[in-house]
Amino acid sequence: MSKWIKRFYIGLMFAFLYAPIVVLIVFSFNDSKSTAKWEGFTLDWYNSLLQNDYIMKSLYYTILVALVASVLATVIGTFAAFGIFYMRSWQQKLVLNINSIPMLNPDIVTGVSLMTLFVALSLPLGLGTMIIAHVTFNIPYVVLSVLPKFRQMPNEMLEAAMDLGATPWYAFKKVIFPEIKPGVITGALIAFTLSIDDFVISFFTTGNGVTNLSIAVYSMARRGIKPEINALSTLMFTTVLILMVIINKRTKKEDI
Amino acid sequence: MLKKLASGPYLIWIVLFIVVPILMVGFFSLVQEGPDGTLTFTTANFQRVFDPIYVGVWWRSIKIALEATLICLILGYPTAFILSKMKKRIQTFAVMLFIVPMWMNFLLRTYAWMTILGKNGILNQLLALVGLPQMTFLYSEGAVLLGMVYNFLPFMVLPIYTVLAKMDRNLIEAAEDLGGNRRIVFTKVILPLSLPGVISGVSMVFMPAVSTFVISNLLYGGQYMLIGNLIEQQFLTVGDWHFGSAIAIILMIIILITMAVMNRASGNDPEESGVNLW
Amino acid sequence: MRKGFILVVSLLAAVLAFTGCAKDDQVVLNVYNWGDYIDEDIFDTFEEETGIKVNYETFSTNEEMYTKIKNGGTKYDIAIPSDYMIEKMIREDMLEKLDMSKIPNYANISDEYKNLSFDPDNAYSVPYFWGTVGIVYNTDLIDGPITSWANLWDPQYAGMFTMVDSQRDSIMVALKMLGYSMNTKNLDELEQAKEALIQQKPLVLAYAGDNVKDMLISEEAAMAVVWSGEASAVIQEYPQFDYVLPEEGSNLWVDSIVIPKGAEHIDAAHQFIDFLCRADIGFKNADYVGYSTCNTETLKMIDPSLYDTTYAYPKPEWIEGFEIFEDPGDFVSEYDRIWTEIKAN
Repeated sequence: MSKWIKRFYIGLMFAFLYAPIVVLIVFSFNDSKSTAKWEGFTLDWYNSLLQNDYIMKSLYYTILVALVASVLATVIGTFAAFGIFYMRSWQQKLVLNINSIPMLNPDIVTGVSLMTLFVALSLPLGLGTMIIAHVTFNIPYVVLSVLPKFRQMPNEMLEAAMDLGATPWYAFKKVIFPEIKPGVITGALIAFTLSIDDFVISFFTTGNGVTNLSIAVYSMARRGIKPEINALSTLMFTTVLILMVIINKRTKKEDI
Repeated sequence: MLKKLASGPYLIWIVLFIVVPILMVGFFSLVQEGPDGTLTFTTANFQRVFDPIYVGVWWRSIKIALEATLICLILGYPTAFILSKMKKRIQTFAVMLFIVPMWMNFLLRTYAWMTILGKNGILNQLLALVGLPQMTFLYSEGAVLLGMVYNFLPFMVLPIYTVLAKMDRNLIEAAEDLGGNRRIVFTKVILPLSLPGVISGVSMVFMPAVSTFVISNLLYGGQYMLIGNLIEQQFLTVGDWHFGSAIAIILMIIILITMAVMNRASGNDPEESGVNLW
Repeated sequence: MRKGFILVVSLLAAVLAFTGCAKDDQVVLNVYNWGDYIDEDIFDTFEEETGIKVNYETFSTNEEMYTKIKNGGTKYDIAIPSDYMIEKMIREDMLEKLDMSKIPNYANISDEYKNLSFDPDNAYSVPYFWGTVGIVYNTDLIDGPITSWANLWDPQYAGMFTMVDSQRDSIMVALKMLGYSMNTKNLDELEQAKEALIQQKPLVLAYAGDNVKDMLISEEAAMAVVWSGEASAVIQEYPQFDYVLPEEGSNLWVDSIVIPKGAEHIDAAHQFIDFLCRADIGFKNADYVGYSTCNTETLKMIDPSLYDTTYAYPKPEWIEGFEIFEDPGDFVSEYDRIWTEIKAN
């Protein structure tokens, strides 16, 4: 009895989470602008989506910014974690507190404060400022995923390697990096997904015609219902689903 | 030496792009620009924030964010509980199913509700099918609340689930062996132990809910103003950065204090709180 | 590790190459305009004829445009603000003087829209479109004659109509309803207008922006305060809509093309302005956006059925006494405050 209630409840929750997505997907194939009445199957919206320069350009920027920002953030953040690990305790506390500001602060505050800075420095808003902003909110997550790996590392590993004659770079590459690699990868993945998904901070820090997908969807949605957006949702949802399945398969293999 | 150098770029970065911008917003909030461009220090911007009209905006934002948080908690706790009790094999799959919608773009998830709640949306079509009159769902406070719950529910479920799933089964069995019935075991053992998850879920829902401007803009046209909308309006339309900065500073202080209190209460390590989700 | 390094370097190179090539190879004209206010196909024509690419961005209110240009984050070569905003931008030295010798097609612009008070010698601006603000409504859904702004305070239309999410225009509606000038600098009148709009808020479905056409067509809203061209675009497709010029009088506006200070391609900008003033391009635009052209040559090509309609080319006596917005100068801070308070309430 209670088992059925539980199943029913979970089913309801999944229905709530997935119903809107299913509606978008179904009506992305609808041969009408309507999102209520079914009027036949069509792929027109996918066609017009692919021919929509605005969306295609923002897709390009989304991926470009996410790639560049997550790589930069991962490099800077990994070395930062290395440095932080060897800091004195009070320094470490101070730095980690500053580090957590972008994670705790509402996005809108981070967004307007960065915009204020860029405008004061009279940096032209656009791709460059957007990348800086993304690196800024990505770094803290990288630091926090790499730092614990340093803490788990046997204490005198670096010293031992250097005593045995390794150059610092060689020691880092051959001794330390393999230890912290899982943390670095996690950090990079978090950074990448945060970047791909960001709206608010990008919204305030971009300009000169540079937009990402979130901004494109926002400005289109503000004008009303556009079936192209349904098509876009469907494509993005499928991509996410496929990625999740691949990741899941991979982790399962590793477990074995 | 090397160890110091390694964090050098990072330290420069966080000072330049985290500390300095916040100081600048703080500075902006404390000055006002005269007609000739001279800056004078003043508390007028902060006084204005406490004008009854804007207190109304704060109240509205906090109220709807609390409502959204509460609904997420009521819906989310049982969900997390049931998920954590599932058989291991189904569990991984079910949790993954819960995460997938979260990976979809936030704007798209909000947009989805625009198409559903509209006057000619599918919800009204369904009502018409069963012979009920059409209703206005979009452009109401309810639509905003729904949008918040939908977007932030996974943020509530996942931390609670994580705590529940990690919970030591022996403790529960011990309590049962000692004669506790299921209600007592739940209220005396499970609930207190899951509190850190609840607290981190609450803060992860409340924070984005109180500062959003997207959900309110898309689901309730331009006349419904939350704190996020007010900040956006001051920075992008009205152009009064001084007033906008004052609001941003106060929002920041409220959030940071809330988070600090929450972290203290849950005994979470503040370094980890941000990555609980992952 | 080495692979990662190569990846980083090549990515950075790609970024640099990308930002670099846009600047070096080709002139890219940054155009900042109202949403849905140009036929974007003409950009291709312009590129074919001149080799100049257009980077197009939109705003939804004059104030948003002003704030963005004032902040200076983006350097626009062309913007298309309205009358009072042009006056303000001239006063604040934000516009480049135009060289009319480079805009021969300026001769096409009707004298009626030249030398207006916001830019007395047209030293800074070239008229683009003109129009009014009025009420468009769906005659299938709204019964009873709509004749005046006061109808928007009638509880029987609660939740059926949208106001316009633009500071001056929405305050104008209340000022006119109360019988005041929409250019008032009288704080008391302004406060009354604020009270009226706050009182009206429970009746309003939404303060709509660029989505208003969509809301009307999908019957989300049955009535809306709009700029005339929006009504024109809707009515030409859906004849059940009607556009009313309210009896209390309204706003008559002229949007004009300007070059903001800081523009990086001034010559190309002049070329683009001249291009927009060409009869055939003007017609393409007018046909697409639905607003009323300022171009005498274009007017000759317009479908005569649009003459003497309330929404496209109203008879002069219908719009007698309509006002043009003026820049309130420093008093604008009161308008800003009133608007914020209306929205916040």
